[in-house]
Amino acid sequence: MELTPVPNPTPAGTDAAPIYEDYFVNMGPQHPSTHGVLRLVLKLEGETVLGLTPILGYVHRGIEKMGEAMTVLQFTHLTDRLDYLSAHMNNWGWSLAVEQALGIEVPARAEHIRVIMAELARISSHQLWWGCLGMDLGAFTPFLYGFRDREKVNDIFEKTCGARLTVNYIRPGGVTQDVEEDFAKDVRAFCDYFEPVIDEYETLVGGNIIFQERTKGVGVLGADLARSLGCTGPTLRASGVCYDVRRNRPYGIYSKLNFLVPIASEGDSWARYKVRIAEMRESLLIIRQALDTMPEGPVRAKLPVIVKVPAGRWLGRVEAARGEIAFFLVGDGTDKPWRVKVRSPNFSNLAALPEIIKGCRVADVVAVLSTLDVVVPCIDR
Amino acid sequence: MTDNFIWHTERIPPAVTAWLTGLLGAGLLVDLAKMVIVAAILTGFVSLLALALVWVERKVAAHVQQRLGPMRVGPHGLLQTLADGLKLLSKENITPLEADRFVFHLAPLLCFAATFVAIAFIPFAPGIQAVNFNVGLVFVLGIGSVGVLGIFAAGWSSNNKWSLLGAMRAGAQIISYELSATVALLSMLVFAGSLDFRGIVASQAGGWWIWRAPVVGFVAFVIYTVASTAECNRTPFDLVEGESELTAGFHTEYTSIRFAMFFLAEFVNMFVVCAISATVFLGGWMPFHIGNLAGFNRLADLIPPWAWFFGKTMGLILLFMWVRWTFPRLRVDQLMNLEWKFLLPLAFGTLAVASILVTAGWYFFPG
Repeated sequence: MELTPVPNPTPAGTDAAPIYEDYFVNMGPQHPSTHGVLRLVLKLEGETVLGLTPILGYVHRGIEKMGEAMTVLQFTHLTDRLDYLSAHMNNWGWSLAVEQALGIEVPARAEHIRVIMAELARISSHQLWWGCLGMDLGAFTPFLYGFRDREKVNDIFEKTCGARLTVNYIRPGGVTQDVEEDFAKDVRAFCDYFEPVIDEYETLVGGNIIFQERTKGVGVLGADLARSLGCTGPTLRASGVCYDVRRNRPYGIYSKLNFLVPIASEGDSWARYKVRIAEMRESLLIIRQALDTMPEGPVRAKLPVIVKVPAGRWLGRVEAARGEIAFFLVGDGTDKPWRVKVRSPNFSNLAALPEIIKGCRVADVVAVLSTLDVVVPCIDR
Repeated sequence: MTDNFIWHTERIPPAVTAWLTGLLGAGLLVDLAKMVIVAAILTGFVSLLALALVWVERKVAAHVQQRLGPMRVGPHGLLQTLADGLKLLSKENITPLEADRFVFHLAPLLCFAATFVAIAFIPFAPGIQAVNFNVGLVFVLGIGSVGVLGIFAAGWSSNNKWSLLGAMRAGAQIISYELSATVALLSMLVFAGSLDFRGIVASQAGGWWIWRAPVVGFVAFVIYTVASTAECNRTPFDLVEGESELTAGFHTEYTSIRFAMFFLAEFVNMFVVCAISATVFLGGWMPFHIGNLAGFNRLADLIPPWAWFFGKTMGLILLFMWVRWTFPRLRVDQLMNLEWKFLLPLAFGTLAVASILVTAGWYFFPG
């Protein structure tokens, strides 16, 4: 059979080369380590990566366009499907935009519940990331340990929200319903259980010499580059830039809570690992404070029966597990938004990958991609 | 009580020969019959061994990861690997369109044959050794290297870029680590003074080389364990398959029985390197004796030699499995640095020191 040569796609920043001269490899869209349907075109010389281009759009669902065809309350459940590991934060970001538009005051109890839920989601997201990182580096066991502990968070979500992943719990005006009666007890039990487990995580993966060798100095993302690419979240903070929406532009009750924003200065995969582990500890702290100060009262503000978005533009920004997610809402006085735009932290964080991967090995692509921690449905939307 | 075939396995081969001679009359026919019997036993043993090891691995992995592992097929999932094997056999045998067909079909055979042959040289108990060969160890090391040819052929002929990357890594990794594995064994051979497995075991009647050769015995053992992990392509040296990087490395394109052959070869290979390690460093089937403690020694003798051998080998295999389910994977340049900058010089150093110690007679219980 005669095969017709097809020109190879050329990664950005490398020279176009004649067919068959360079070694091109498609990592994905079906590949164990791309965490969803992401396609990376690699240009290799032996094991060394000369260039890389991410090719997006395999899970594009047109979520932003769908937002123009439904009411603002209906759109809340679609935000779960962006970065499904930070479903609570996505709901919250959208709710913030809508609440600004309608001028709604959120009851104090709802604000506390929101914080607890969002921090639990952050922990569960980092647990999953920790497990996947282990697996990407060739250790299978962390994956199951991560899932073992994540199960407990999901159980808490399930009891109160009725769902485990796409929770659709935080919504404009407050939260769907009050928390389940065992909620405080369950959350406290989880905090007490999980605190020593973080040390176990540190021993099993972080304390391993091979793991340190694989991550230290690998995929160094400088502070300037990170800032210019719009990286946010742990990825940015590991590069030495102290920016956290919870601290820099506080929303909800974060301004009243006492917590630290972990940062590191190296910018390599190891720094990103350390920052995320420290974040889990801080999240436990936040959850405990919010539980202690949680008042009684209503959990939902009164909303008009038909929510009409007034003409104007609003931005709701929150710190999701992977960085700043922002919802831009343009209203024109009807019950449907005129335009919805999502600012995805994953998109900006992934943009760093082609820049920092040059000269690394094939195995490093997996390690760096894993510590950047992208969730593809949020990029493709 | 211990005066029977179970403890004195060296009486089995003559008895079998006598029985066959009585049955067939002396001559070529007896030799032929012996060959057939041994071949049948070895084939059965290898198949059973692979099935058992796969099951053990899955159970060890499961318990390390706080799961139960296979539980449904048979008691504690004992028949799970058999069921999986049957399922594999019934799968479609796919050859990629642009593959080099002949090499593609040959590769799994090469891999499997290389490990299968090595089994024949290992002394399981006194007298229980399919082939006694005066340079047995060299032969086993040589035939073990043929396995990498199979991996190489598989990666090249599959016409898949990931497979080729896997094969490239295999070539670099296995050939490099074979060096330090061989040198580590060599430093024990100067103590044993024999290349014959039987001789190596016999030289350890006074104590196992791992502690009888002061320090170097242990160092050589560690070097060999690390290097043989790399030779078996097991974590932390499983770059050749590297699931999260190369999807499945050299056997990405293999299905059905051909994949099963790679899979079995991997487990049998692990058994072979552990058996060699047990034989050279841990005294093979020799029981554990402490100097003049006659009571303890008699107790140790109550355990039959083959149980000692399998106990030691199984212990080493469990060590391999424990490491596999705990460690992440090395990167390809770190792998090479570890071998060429650390393990190999250390192995040569061990060999030099060992030679001096032997010449000077400075080791426990010389002569």
